[in-house]
Amino acid sequence: MAGKERAIPAPMTNPETEPFWAAAREGKFLLRGCTACGKTHWYPRAVCPFCFSERTEWREGSGRGTIYSLSVMKRAPEPYAIAYVTLEEGPTMMTNIVDCDLDSLAIGQKVTVAFKPTQNDGPPFPMFRPA
Amino acid sequence: MTIKGSAYIAGAFEHPTRLAKDKSVAQLHAEVAVGALADAGLTKADVDGYFCAGDAPGLGPLAMADYMNLKLSHLDSTDVGGCSYIAHVAHAAEAIMAGKCRVALITLAGRPRSEGHSGAVPRIRGADAPDTQWEFPTGVATVNAYAMCAARHMHQYGTTSEQLAWIKVAASQHAQYNPHAMLRDVVTVEEVVNSPLIATPLHRLDCCVVSDGGGALVVVAPEIARSLKRPKVKVMGAGESMKGQMGGEVDLTYSAAVRSGAAAFAEAGVKPADIKYASIYDSFTITVLMQIEDLGFCEKGQGGRFVADGNLISGTGKLPFNTDGGGLCNNHPANRGGITKVIEAVRQLRGEAHPKVQVKNCDIALAHGTGGLLGSRHGGATLIMERE
Repeated sequence: MAGKERAIPAPMTNPETEPFWAAAREGKFLLRGCTACGKTHWYPRAVCPFCFSERTEWREGSGRGTIYSLSVMKRAPEPYAIAYVTLEEGPTMMTNIVDCDLDSLAIGQKVTVAFKPTQNDGPPFPMFRPA
Repeated sequence: MTIKGSAYIAGAFEHPTRLAKDKSVAQLHAEVAVGALADAGLTKADVDGYFCAGDAPGLGPLAMADYMNLKLSHLDSTDVGGCSYIAHVAHAAEAIMAGKCRVALITLAGRPRSEGHSGAVPRIRGADAPDTQWEFPTGVATVNAYAMCAARHMHQYGTTSEQLAWIKVAASQHAQYNPHAMLRDVVTVEEVVNSPLIATPLHRLDCCVVSDGGGALVVVAPEIARSLKRPKVKVMGAGESMKGQMGGEVDLTYSAAVRSGAAAFAEAGVKPADIKYASIYDSFTITVLMQIEDLGFCEKGQGGRFVADGNLISGTGKLPFNTDGGGLCNNHPANRGGITKVIEAVRQLRGEAHPKVQVKNCDIALAHGTGGLLGSRHGGATLIMERE
């Protein structure tokens, strides 16, 4: 397992994204999708980045995904693994892989969402651990 | 309508400092402006267009234009990160063609080395940027964003750390002849891959230097270029673009160079095989490899093979690159390497590079840069120039 874990800065939320972070506090992983074109995107936004429709909505995500790429930051007081994870629903998101031996991780590995607490009682941040 | 032949680079100057503890950022901007105007044979009074980017202190171009007391008819502070100054040359050519100005000054300067900046420390790139809340908590710095591109390229195309190391080896071969270069020691592939891992799979010697300093360019109308004594470097074509995460359809294996490069080659009417010298942005070794593929110097996925075995070394390789030592060994002022890319290309076209690295009959050169983070969202700018 990893050693001492990095303190995670709190995300600076705004009215457009507040529902995501409120749900995160309840352990729910929301995604934003478009009812016009049907596609789910990341990061969540009010206007669909594919078809530019404003008819977007929150959808609960499965929390399952696959590592698309990763890098272990060795030059940090507490090394951590930044990664892109491709979600079962389609989009790929920047995140961390946690609760694991960082040197054992590989592209293509299956992972599941794990919310991690952030500094100053900020909302928990969606990270992933090996499935 | 194209900018081909509409403007010339008449002045180019790279500040000799790499550590400027005793200078201000504004002072460095002004000093490189003095140097580039002197190189061109022009004066401050000739300048009627001014270009700078986010490294300039103050609001856009206003503070620096006022510090230098310029009288301007055209201002532009387009900021697409480290490649901004390559785009500025194209914007200056457009402004000159439109009659908005005749002598455009472009400056870059900064002192990240004195201020203790590191590409391994996460920093907020705009607290109000819509992506910040989703990405800053992940600890995205500079080096690990580029490292994820390297990891994916290795996974998808079989690129190796040894192939990436050849890029640093070539830069070091060139830097040994540059008395101003921060790192002048020639290194081997083994030394690169045995240097400490910073962010896997990138090692310390896969990373550029952090240096103080700056550079400036003077872009002028054709009639002014003809009146000057310096060799004439003509703007042939340019392209700019950006690439992000595409709504979540992330693909880390290519860069904005696929679009900016194609546009520049089309405008210049030349092909990659016509390029005698290339300045390729080298924030990290992977940056060079991906851009070389995306500019069309080799097929996608073949960059590792292309850069290996000294193919980027002037005199022996097929594509001499960054003959000043580049950002990897020479200079990366203000953490923005775009202007030094154009400056070394101008030296090559003028025949004023160091004799040990001067490319013979260097008539057509390219400068390309990536700004921002290759692994999240970045700008790309390509410029093709010809000696007349």
